[in-house]
Amino acid sequence: MTDQTEALPRGVSRHPFVDQLAKAFRTNKLTWVGAVIFVLIVLVAIAAPLLSPHDPLQQNILHRLKGPGPEFWLGTDAYGRDILSRLLYGARVSLIIGVAAIGSAMVIGSAIGVVAGYYGGKVDLVIMQAMDVLLAFPALILGLIVVAMLGPSMENLIIAISLTAIPPFARIARAPTIVVKERDYIEACRALGYGDLRIMTLHVLPNVLSEILVMGSLWLATAIRVEASLSFIGLGVKPPTASWGGMIREGFENILDNIWLSIFPSLAILLVVFSLNLLGDGLRDAIDPRTRSDA
Amino acid sequence: MLRFTARRLLFAVPTLLAVMTMVFVLVRIVPGDPAQTILGDQASAEALQIMRERLGLDRPIWEQYLEFMGGVFTGDWGQSMVTGKPVLDEILRVLPYTVELTIASLVIGSLIGIPLGAWSALHRNQWIDYLTRVGSLLGLSFPAFVSAILLLIAFSIQLRWFPVISGGGRATFSEWALSLALPAINLGLIMAAYITRVTRSSMLGSLGEDYIRTARAKGVPMRVIVWRHAMRNALIPVVTVVGLYLGILIGNSVLTEIVFNRPGLGKLIVGALGQRDYTLLQGLMVIYTFVIVVVNLMTDLTYGLIDPRVKYQ
Repeated sequence: MTDQTEALPRGVSRHPFVDQLAKAFRTNKLTWVGAVIFVLIVLVAIAAPLLSPHDPLQQNILHRLKGPGPEFWLGTDAYGRDILSRLLYGARVSLIIGVAAIGSAMVIGSAIGVVAGYYGGKVDLVIMQAMDVLLAFPALILGLIVVAMLGPSMENLIIAISLTAIPPFARIARAPTIVVKERDYIEACRALGYGDLRIMTLHVLPNVLSEILVMGSLWLATAIRVEASLSFIGLGVKPPTASWGGMIREGFENILDNIWLSIFPSLAILLVVFSLNLLGDGLRDAIDPRTRSDA
Repeated sequence: MLRFTARRLLFAVPTLLAVMTMVFVLVRIVPGDPAQTILGDQASAEALQIMRERLGLDRPIWEQYLEFMGGVFTGDWGQSMVTGKPVLDEILRVLPYTVELTIASLVIGSLIGIPLGAWSALHRNQWIDYLTRVGSLLGLSFPAFVSAILLLIAFSIQLRWFPVISGGGRATFSEWALSLALPAINLGLIMAAYITRVTRSSMLGSLGEDYIRTARAKGVPMRVIVWRHAMRNALIPVVTVVGLYLGILIGNSVLTEIVFNRPGLGKLIVGALGQRDYTLLQGLMVIYTFVIVVVNLMTDLTYGLIDPRVKYQ
């Protein structure tokens, strides 16, 4: 914002994240592109009932496997359901699962990371060792097993995906905590007799928040990709509910009859993930000088 | 160096043990009775009991645990609950398919990613650089099954260059190459996106170093500076990052194997989950964890070998 706040070292300025956000959008036009596309997709998902030309679950055997045309803009699937309407409703599934999974991973992961970093010693060692054990599994394999174990449903997909995302958030939150806790103002808090919980939430957490939020946008992209992958394998939300990964699965089964069935949901997933990656990449460049792609 | 290696090895052991315990617990929480799954709904109570005894499911859980942990180290991974064949044999039968796919995709990814990343860094903030950056970001946005299906539609269904269902035939060289090509290109392009980004940022870093300025000042040709001075140093982080992306590579290989109907660990694990094949599932997860722990270890050690400045504590 003003020159004065920019001159202050990181973590001291009152609202460093606001400055960084402004900088991300000012210096990198692609951050704008990503943000605009993502917001549009969110709006479309919210307005799905208003925008859908047909009922996404309405089957019509007379219109099955139609290509794109005037009545069904993007064609129909093997049950004669309108692809466009299913895509619009499918956006809701992807976004709800992604946001809920990453939201909870952000809260749980940063709590774990801040606690580990703040207390240090044995607590830190045990917690981070446990995180490393979780990290040892590839995200998709862990998600696969957890969903297979709990049964495929929206809640269980959220649990599985959030479980894979907790360790990276714990790591991201821990590193700055270790630095911040040595600062004088934390010492001052202790001298004033503040409790550990108060220091951690009010004085340590704000300093690690920007990195966590940026990671959140990148991991939201990953979460949506993992949800689609699990649905494609057959472990997604139960049919007939429309999910993009599930639609691609059905399209893949009919790929020799109608290629559009798998192409449209594929493009939809790609658009969401790409927009989030553009956004997250731009934000990360702005907050972390080490990974700046234009540095 | 030796002390670091020993320490690092020592740290890998508890991780491996902890992960294997987690595998044992996870696999046992999977709902459904495997005996029921194998024999079907019509099975009599006696038949179910006999099957449970044969599978060792009637014994106390700690006995099963000790046997599992002991077996992992002695090479006795038990029998598949569905086929009855030794788990290790089942895994070793398909392992070469996954290994060749992984290696081929890493080669393709490096051949595209390293030159492209270096080129992009050398033309920083010119249009070629922007194009590479957006392109690589797009590349890593692809879920592996989406890119696989698009490749399948383009090259197998529309152009008919490759078989739609390959099944991983390896009778002749051309059959082998044709069935490996598309899956390897699919994984390779995604890896290329990651490698391009790392090479670019690491190349930018090393181009900014003092020794590059010194080399330019004494009149070393640009070509030599780029390839001998900058590139060699820029490749260090690339090696480690490739190790870190192993998890992504494994996840993507599962999806690729499914789309191209290729035998491999990925298809095996999806099948094992569907059939509640506890023992096979256990074995597969042990293999995955083992590979990841070993690769992480190797990555750490290589880092020190390439860059003597890395101090081991």
